[in-house]
Amino acid sequence: MNKIIERQDLATSLKKFVVEAPMIARRAQPGQFVMLRVHEQGERIPLTIADFDRERGTITLVAQEVGRTTRLLGRLNEGDYILDLLGPLGEPTAHPEGKNAVCIGGGVGIAPVYPEAKELHQKGYNVTSIIGARTSELLFFEEEMAAVSNELFVATDDGSKGHHGFVTDILQKLIDEGRPIDFVIAVGPIPMMKAVADLTRKYGIKTIVSLNSMMVDGTGMCGGCRVTVGGEVKFTCVDGPSFDAHLLDFDEQMRRLCMYREQEKMSEVDE
Amino acid sequence: MARIRPTKHPMPAQPPEERIKNFDEVTHGYSEDVAVQEALRCLQCKNPRCVEGCPVGIDIPGFILKIREKDFQGAIDILKDKNSLPAICGRVCPQEDQCEKLCIVGIKNEPVAIGRLERFAADWEARHSKAEVKPVEATGPKVAVVGSGPAGLTAAGELIKKGYRVTIFEAFHQPGGVLMYGIPEFRLPKAIVEREIEYLKKLGVDIQLNVVVGRTITLEELLTKEGYEAVFVGTGAGLPYFLNIPGENLNGVYSANEFLTRTNLMRAYQFPKWHTPIHIGKRVAVVGAGNVAMDAARTALRLGAEEVTIVYRRSEAEMPARKEEIEHAREEGVRFKLLTNPVEILGNEKGWVTGLRCIKMELGEPDASGRRRPVPIPGSEFEFPVDVVVVAVGQGPNPLIPRTTPGLETSKWGTIVADETGATSIPGVFAGGDVVTGAATVIKAMGAGKIAAEAIDKYIKSKQKEEK
Ligand SMILES: Cc1cc2nc3c(=O)[nH]c(=O)nc-3n(C[C@H](O)[C@H](O)[C@H](O)COP(=O)(O)OP(=O)(O)OC[C@H]3O[C@@H](n4cnc5c(N)ncnc54)[C@H](O)[C@@H]3O)c2cc1C
Ligand SMILES: Cc1cc2nc3c(=O)[nH]c(=O)nc-3n(C[C@H](O)[C@H](O)[C@H](O)COP(=O)(O)OP(=O)(O)OC[C@H]3O[C@@H](n4cnc5c(N)ncnc54)[C@H](O)[C@@H]3O)c2cc1C
Ligand code: SF4
Ligand code: SF4
Ligand code: FES
Repeated sequence: MNKIIERQDLATSLKKFVVEAPMIARRAQPGQFVMLRVHEQGERIPLTIADFDRERGTITLVAQEVGRTTRLLGRLNEGDYILDLLGPLGEPTAHPEGKNAVCIGGGVGIAPVYPEAKELHQKGYNVTSIIGARTSELLFFEEEMAAVSNELFVATDDGSKGHHGFVTDILQKLIDEGRPIDFVIAVGPIPMMKAVADLTRKYGIKTIVSLNSMMVDGTGMCGGCRVTVGGEVKFTCVDGPSFDAHLLDFDEQMRRLCMYREQEKMSEVDE
Repeated sequence: MARIRPTKHPMPAQPPEERIKNFDEVTHGYSEDVAVQEALRCLQCKNPRCVEGCPVGIDIPGFILKIREKDFQGAIDILKDKNSLPAICGRVCPQEDQCEKLCIVGIKNEPVAIGRLERFAADWEARHSKAEVKPVEATGPKVAVVGSGPAGLTAAGELIKKGYRVTIFEAFHQPGGVLMYGIPEFRLPKAIVEREIEYLKKLGVDIQLNVVVGRTITLEELLTKEGYEAVFVGTGAGLPYFLNIPGENLNGVYSANEFLTRTNLMRAYQFPKWHTPIHIGKRVAVVGAGNVAMDAARTALRLGAEEVTIVYRRSEAEMPARKEEIEHAREEGVRFKLLTNPVEILGNEKGWVTGLRCIKMELGEPDASGRRRPVPIPGSEFEFPVDVVVVAVGQGPNPLIPRTTPGLETSKWGTIVADETGATSIPGVFAGGDVVTGAATVIKAMGAGKIAAEAIDKYIKSKQKEEK
């Protein structure tokens, strides 16, 4: 049982929680995640550790309400407890060579990319960040990202803030301007990560993405989170969740994420 | 003496056509009368060979005699002297390869139903015993146990009885290991496992759930910062193997671990009341023929699959599952395609499984295991339609702890190297159960936990002497 000590609505259906978890905070590193359960009969779901404070013994989670478990989580308030919380899981992100990094976060993917940018910034990298969302209402962590980036760009699909269009448009512009880019870290919906990968592949820019595979245990014992990377089968929860975007089979991941569509609809009706 | 009854007293059970519609236990267990009758089949050998077949050396004629005398408490006391989990072992031990295999009665007739009698005594105790469990005055040094399967539970029980302060660290949100997430309710009711865990808690064992050793905390930290004098590693063999054939990542392909964990631990059979979903096909193929495969096949039937087929590359004689489970599976209508090996899983454009492509096999020369090796028959490939495939071809140890523990020696199969007492290459670190042997049995894991507890006791005592 872990206590929620802070809760904030970042946008409709987008909640931030600061949770007491000293054991997890002590060892957490960017790229890692937790598995949690919020109901006695509940599912186990993965969420990225969006931030951690080793001294206070807390971790930050950002959850987008897309289905039953994330909605149940969204109903919890300050002072409530998360029933089960396990972590930190997954391998910390390994950074490719070079000092010029571009961090891209799309939608709820801004949360997982934030600790990456923060760490790179602390280590003295030159960090350019691009964050995007469907509309300005859904943007979050703008100030936080700005504080850990040498430069921050914003894009919205509807043009309500920043560039009117996709994060990849901005990345393309940066490349066209001849800015030095050694590697890209991109987290967001699969179509966004795939688009980034397709773009950087052309220019031979190393790209790391973080996958949001369906998981059961998060410790390597079910194989439900498997993905194909460079023709080899990997488990997202123990080998990832960060992988080389140019070796990933995005289409397979996309298909696997749809596996329980029918049941998810039933789950909604049930509530 | 009257002539001995040639066959075991039959086990009362739910009829197959009913039981495939529920997850309740298949067999009901002997009544007192039947148990006494069955106990009379035992010859009370002076040199009981059955005991040699039991990995923990239970005094088998001893407990059977007590049943015969209707001293059921006496029977359970004898059982518990060597086996702390008789209700579980009586149900899931592969008796036909162990105690019952060597029973003298079995030479001419069916052996004595040792397992069923063991289960009877344990169930009798659960129903009748009113003895209060008293907490142990544990004031000794701290010992950590990693993993709460049969190996870890047994080690913890033995250690606290010796006065050590014991903490179990378990990755899942529920203790019990394979007993909870793997073996289905209809074969091993979860209430039985929960009872054993409650017992340990009452003794004073501290169980810390949601801790993955290697991630949340390392083995080294337990021994240094956290002040544990010794650690027992009983993390099992939970890493699922796949076939490495095309189509294995299609939607509808599960490892047996995932299929069973979703169903047992996460109760997907009660979806949507319980929130974890599972995809139930009409036609299910299960690859493999061990206990895990039988459990998956019978689970699929209960989830509502219309046709379930076991696909196995060797023949009937080599199937590693317990005989009783194979019989139960047959009665329930599971089909068997033997001497058949899958070569590809077929799918549609949306990424869902549509069929299995197999090749027929024949048995060739014996291999290293002494079993005749299956070899493919050229040109014998065929396909059949399925919409779910469950891969149950074995498991290995999870590499997390070895990877994060410098100096911990492992074999080329990824198992932790330990001597016969459970001692590993790191002083103070002991290991036992599936993580050392590879996937084996509940009773062997239990036995290893017990032996390691002895060794840990010796290790700590000799260390204390040195320090004096
Ligand atoms: C390593 C990792 C880190 C993650 N980090 C975050 C995070 O920081 N914040 C966050 O909001 N989400 C994150 N996710 C995704 C999150 O786990 C899912 O959104 C969640 O499991 C949905 O559960 P649910 O019961 O609410 O919805 P469900 O009822 O299970 O699903 C509802 C809808 O969401 C889709 N969905 C289901 N599972 C996933 C998934 N794993 N990824 C994407 N879509 C899914 C379904 O297709 C469906 O349309 C992460 C996933 C992984 C693997
Ligand atoms: C489906 C199935 C059916 C079976 N049927 C039979 C049968 O009929 N008869 C029989 O005798 N045997 C059977 N077996 C085998 C038997 O269950 C195992 O041999 C036995 O459970 C091994 O016990 P163990 O204590 O070594 O490990 P496990 O039971 O595997 O327990 C290990 C525990 O450690 C935890 N763990 C792992 N890594 C970590 C970590 N890093 N940190 C913290 N915790 C961790 C796991 O979550 C798990 O709870 C079956 C196995 C399966 C899977
Ligand atoms: S523990 Fe297993 S092997 Fe030993 S007597 Fe009981 S059933 Fe037989
Ligand atoms: S070998 Fe058989 S008959 Fe003899 S003591 Fe053992 S169970 Fe009884
Ligand atoms: S979630 Fe089960 S192996 Fe990754």
